[in-house]
Amino acid sequence: MPIEITMPALSPTMESGTLAKWLKSEGDMISAGDIIAEIETDKATMEVEAVDDGKLARLLVTEGTEDVPVGQVIAVLLEEGEDESVLDEIVTKAEQKSQKPEKKAKADESDDGQSEEAPAVLPARPRAASVPDEEEIPAGTEMVKQTVREALRDAMAEEMRRDDTVFVMGEEVAEYQGAYKVTQGLLEEFGDKRVVDTPITEYGFAGVGTGAALGGLRPIVEFMTFNFSMQAIDAIVNSAAKQRYMAGGKITIPIVFRGPNGAAARVAAQHSQNLAPWYASVPGLKVIAPYSAADAKGLLKAAIRDQNPIVFLENEIMYGHSFDVPKLDDFVLPIGKAKVVRKGSDVTIVAYSIAVREALKAADALAEEGIEAEVVDLRTLRPLDMDTVVASVRKTNRCVVVEEGWPVCSISSEISARLMEEAFDYLDAPVTRVTNEDTPTPYAANLEKLWLISPEKIVRAVKAVCYRD
Amino acid sequence: MLEFYRQMSLIRRFEEKAGQMYGQGLIGGFCHLYIGQEAIVVGFQSALKKGDGVITGYRSHGHAIVTGASSKEVMAELTGRDAGIARGKGGSMHMFDPEAGFYGGHGIVGAQVPLGAGLAFAAKYKGDDSVILAYFGDGAANQGQVYETFNMAKLWSLPIVFIVENNQYAMGTSVARSSGQQELFRRGEGFGIPGKLVDGMNVLEVRAAADEAVAHVRAGKGPLLLELKTYRYRGHSMSDPAKYRTREEVKTTREERDPITFIKKRLLEDGETEETLKVIDNEIKAEVADVADFAQNAPEPDPSELYTDILVES
Repeated sequence: MPIEITMPALSPTMESGTLAKWLKSEGDMISAGDIIAEIETDKATMEVEAVDDGKLARLLVTEGTEDVPVGQVIAVLLEEGEDESVLDEIVTKAEQKSQKPEKKAKADESDDGQSEEAPAVLPARPRAASVPDEEEIPAGTEMVKQTVREALRDAMAEEMRRDDTVFVMGEEVAEYQGAYKVTQGLLEEFGDKRVVDTPITEYGFAGVGTGAALGGLRPIVEFMTFNFSMQAIDAIVNSAAKQRYMAGGKITIPIVFRGPNGAAARVAAQHSQNLAPWYASVPGLKVIAPYSAADAKGLLKAAIRDQNPIVFLENEIMYGHSFDVPKLDDFVLPIGKAKVVRKGSDVTIVAYSIAVREALKAADALAEEGIEAEVVDLRTLRPLDMDTVVASVRKTNRCVVVEEGWPVCSISSEISARLMEEAFDYLDAPVTRVTNEDTPTPYAANLEKLWLISPEKIVRAVKAVCYRD
Repeated sequence: MLEFYRQMSLIRRFEEKAGQMYGQGLIGGFCHLYIGQEAIVVGFQSALKKGDGVITGYRSHGHAIVTGASSKEVMAELTGRDAGIARGKGGSMHMFDPEAGFYGGHGIVGAQVPLGAGLAFAAKYKGDDSVILAYFGDGAANQGQVYETFNMAKLWSLPIVFIVENNQYAMGTSVARSSGQQELFRRGEGFGIPGKLVDGMNVLEVRAAADEAVAHVRAGKGPLLLELKTYRYRGHSMSDPAKYRTREEVKTTREERDPITFIKKRLLEDGETEETLKVIDNEIKAEVADVADFAQNAPEPDPSELYTDILVES
């Protein structure tokens, strides 16, 4: 069977090119690897190599022809011992094909399974699986006061006792007991095989952790703060989040990247910022940002057990705050479930992480003025529990989203957009956002205070959407 | 040796076909061919045992094939079909077959190196005696994360062999134009990792070096770095005009150092017949033709696959 040499595609975007020059003539014997022609594209002049051995029987496109479409037959090769008598038929067929350039490359591939122009129907984007409302803490459960820090440590320790593939790695997590003392006591109980101090090498150890998850372990990778995770973001986004999809589901990466995120106090721009929206924008990750100690514990335990890569965002300022934590042997909360932390009927305030504290303070102040705010703690940022947010907004018809972070391309802008799509008819006022100011974090105490969200700013926004002054 | 010849020829013919199909528009995106470098992956794989792992960069077709994936699945991945090794969702640069010990297929230059160290960390943690091979190129050898990984691999004495496939050009930039210190096998010295230079065009030397390295690492003696001098005949990817090197350089290498010509000559000297090799050649030709046909006719993924395999649904 004679071999048809077609106009090659030389780049992912090339559709046609100029056949600048033939370097072989009709009748020449050629072998694989020989340069037979030069082609010019808008980017470069490229050489065309022969792929097969044989005799160059016919050249079908003359030198200098422009806009030769990719896939058009440009020459015919006869293999050793083949008869020239079949040539005419092939040439005629090839010429007919080139008359219909738009179908050129595909004309003989109509049954190749490759969908051509028929626009495929876009499958519906699946909604985040709705988590049923269940009582999270059984009535009558004894509660103990615990700091967020202690709750996080207990969550890790309990999961490490339960599953010996769980281990912790990061800077100062072992001997130093954690830069913020979140891993206090873990080295003593679990030893240095499972509580691993790393060098200061975030990109490297985020990759090593991801590889360990690929190899069947359940790593908890601590970033001393999430500011440093930007050194490692390629490992998190390109390696951890996408591998399962790129592998057609053959890979699982059960890993937790955790550490403090958000503004700290008086440490200026590089050590004080909220990266939640960055991670929450990435398909293939789950992103959790709890506020209370109980949620921190129940969600961290769930994250460690989850089969997916998880970004678990803590808050340095909240580490030392105490909350009621249920005294249960195994307290695990569902990922992807927001929580109404204060009931109210006049306005919904949506918040997460430390912003919940500001929202609750604002709600107290508003109550004194006769405005009953409902406060929704998102807890998980990806997947977002819009069901809970929409249910609240349907009731209150007003919404203020509070975020201790920048306003642009943020969780609060996402919530606003989703409310437009999902609750427009229920809104009596525009969804309004209260965020940090759109600047790098300032150092000076007065400027930093101006930059941050505050209960006062939230109160003002709520009054505006309630049309009160 | 006959098996070396068979595997190397299969990769060569497979890649030539892939190049051809790319030219026909049947394969999209980036497509980096392994032609010229076949001896490395074939030599190393023959030194491994079940349970060992392999990870590499984006020039991954050869690695996928020799670790156990069928050439059919690899070609169907290149054409973006449901029967592909990653169900058409990964493409040329992202091939995975974890059951066979092949952990990708990674598109970001150098990112596979810490992942490989993580696999080695897991092997050591679990207490099995498996070894991980982490392949990367001369270009990746200048990535910072590679050195972060060297440091941790030595610190924790991880069972990993770092393999630099030095094909001498990182895309269009030669080693001489990108590296202050061009003896890449010495790049581990500052971390306490011994290195060795190996002729990557000679599959027998590759095998001998692999045996030695794998035994060293399996015995718990810590990581090693091997530099395999090799050459890629084709461009960096299919869209490479290759103006950074002369045609003579490619031609001379091809004529004088070709790894398949080398092993063929050795086989004939050892008494194999041209006929035996011809039989193998014909089998491979038929396999590749069959594979190409399969990969063009297999169905594309169903549109509903767009939203699957993102997360493990619990």
